[in-house]
Amino acid sequence: MTSGFWQGRRIPLAWLLLSRQPLRLMVALAGICFAGILMFMQLGFRDGLFDASVTVHRLFDADLVLMSPRSMSSISMSGFPRRRLVQAMAHPDVQGTTPVNWNFLLWRNPETLKTRSILALGFEPIDPLFTDPELAAKAKSLTSRGRVLFDKRSRTEFGPIAEWFEEGRIVETELAGKRVRVTGLVSLGPSFGADGNLLTSRETFLELLPSTPPGSIEIGLVRLRPGADPEAVTRSLKESLPSDVQVFTRQDFIDFEKNYWRSSTSIGFIFSLGAAMGFVVGCVIVYQILYSDVSDHLPEYATLLAMGYRLNTLMGVVAREGVFLAVMGYVPAYAAGQGLYALVRSSTKLPVAMDLPRATLVFSLILVMCMGSALMAMRRLVDADPAEIF
Amino acid sequence: MNERLTVQVEGLSHWFGTGAMRRQVLQSISMQIAPGEVVLLTGPSGCGKTTLLTLIGALRKVQQGDVCVFGHQLHGSHRGQRQKLRRHIGMIFQGHNLLRCLTAEQNVQMGADLLPELSYRARRDQARYWLRAVGLDDHLSKLPHDLSGGQKQRVAIARALAARPQLLLADEPTAALDSVTGREVVDLLQRLAREQACAVLMVTHDPRIVDVADRLVQMEDGRLIPTLG
Ligand SMILES: Nc1ncnc2c1ncn2[C@@H]1O[C@H](COP(=O)(O)OP(=O)(O)O)[C@@H](O)[C@H]1O
Ligand SMILES: [Mg+2]
Repeated sequence: MTSGFWQGRRIPLAWLLLSRQPLRLMVALAGICFAGILMFMQLGFRDGLFDASVTVHRLFDADLVLMSPRSMSSISMSGFPRRRLVQAMAHPDVQGTTPVNWNFLLWRNPETLKTRSILALGFEPIDPLFTDPELAAKAKSLTSRGRVLFDKRSRTEFGPIAEWFEEGRIVETELAGKRVRVTGLVSLGPSFGADGNLLTSRETFLELLPSTPPGSIEIGLVRLRPGADPEAVTRSLKESLPSDVQVFTRQDFIDFEKNYWRSSTSIGFIFSLGAAMGFVVGCVIVYQILYSDVSDHLPEYATLLAMGYRLNTLMGVVAREGVFLAVMGYVPAYAAGQGLYALVRSSTKLPVAMDLPRATLVFSLILVMCMGSALMAMRRLVDADPAEIF
Repeated sequence: MNERLTVQVEGLSHWFGTGAMRRQVLQSISMQIAPGEVVLLTGPSGCGKTTLLTLIGALRKVQQGDVCVFGHQLHGSHRGQRQKLRRHIGMIFQGHNLLRCLTAEQNVQMGADLLPELSYRARRDQARYWLRAVGLDDHLSKLPHDLSGGQKQRVAIARALAARPQLLLADEPTAALDSVTGREVVDLLQRLAREQACAVLMVTHDPRIVDVADRLVQMEDGRLIPTLG
């Protein structure tokens, strides 16, 4: 097998064509790299947005979730009667429920005194809210009025709450114009919809937002007995409950939110368009480079044809140039993508990370870009006429 | 057709252009080249020498008449057949036509790479052998850019011979060289071709190099002029 390789080995013409014209190679690589970085960033933001839109959704301790049919997304929640949860309890497979209030309130940064909208969740401190077992202990402190648990992964614009709290200071500030005290920290993470989060008791929540009708909640968590089929319970609850409430399985609840960002807004489209722009720019650059490369070497290609090389062999040379460009352009784009993702994570706290499907997708796009351009540039080879070189 | 002749041309005519622009540049040419024979083709500029060379070199479609190279009829041959045949014909151009991005050694190996049965190492040794034969063993890894005109033409000769051709076609190989270098290059070409028993058809204007030929063929206005040879 190796002897076959050595037997078939030829002068690496494609590689030499590229490497002996370093300036042209650098321009091509810069173009591909730029396109790659643009695609990584745009697709990364898009996926990060969709993942970030459900950072809180993923944490709930629920098998089913009830929501008002008028709720379109986490940033526009409508209420429904809390009674529906009590009715759901009547189902034999339902083991427990948690009513949750969900709204955005104005938080005053205690350092700069500027206000900013924060996502506030109100729940009964004795009810389970998140699957995280540490929350139950912290939630006890919420039984007093005017107490909140602050999400320490909230964006820094809300103030140095976590630092102050960990230093042992008493952290008090204004929430919806009323005095509150931070009695603990939780770790949730910001999302596109919410820059920060806090948890409080329903009692405090209703005090902060007196306009909320007392019997109204935004989401209802439903926990099933082990072994129960969530799909079946969903179906039977949908039948038994009035139409002022919608029943989701946990996964549907997450997908519903993601879907909102994906389809009801143009964010997904914009980022995909951004990636497509990178693709097109890359195509144009690589095509230009390969086309002028073939044109410049046309007499040489014609000479090779005159010597008895096949046109297919020469097309193979151009194709290989395309492959080399793709690989050499992808590597720095990948590295830069990693670096920029880290930068985005630290400055925006968005969960953007390199994952295999996206890394593969971008590589495929770059390969298609380079091979497509090579294919177009090959058409120029037909002009190489060996009869015209004497 | 005589199978043993390297080249046999019979009643070859060729036209360029179409319609009113159609012009005949070759008129019923007949000639033969025996194996190992060195033939010199001369004639005024524009009389059709290059056209004849490209037809014998299987670079152009034959329009009328017969052209047999190594016993293969080129009239009516396909592109692929002509391409295969070209592997056995060495060509040396007026300009050297070396690949700019390859070193002298790599350029010559592009010729040797056409030999399918040899290993990479053997082909590389071939390339080195031929560069030594043209006196360029010290310039193996130089790019064409760094070689003089005469050296480039020698690399072109080495490249042509490295594919072990049985016929060598050269179109004014000395045109870009001064007279001393031109003479050296032609002498080298003739000597190496003789060693390989390779037939040569060389177009030249240069009256000083006619003595390398076995036979002289003159051409005028698309016709061969009978000479004493
Ligand atoms: N590709 C072509 N198309 C049209 N006319 C051509 C072409 N090549 C050569 N000719 C014409 O054919 C004639 C012979 O050309 P050529 O064979 O190159 O002559 P030589 O090599 O003897 O100088 C010239 O008049 C030239 O103008
Ligand atoms: Mg000519």
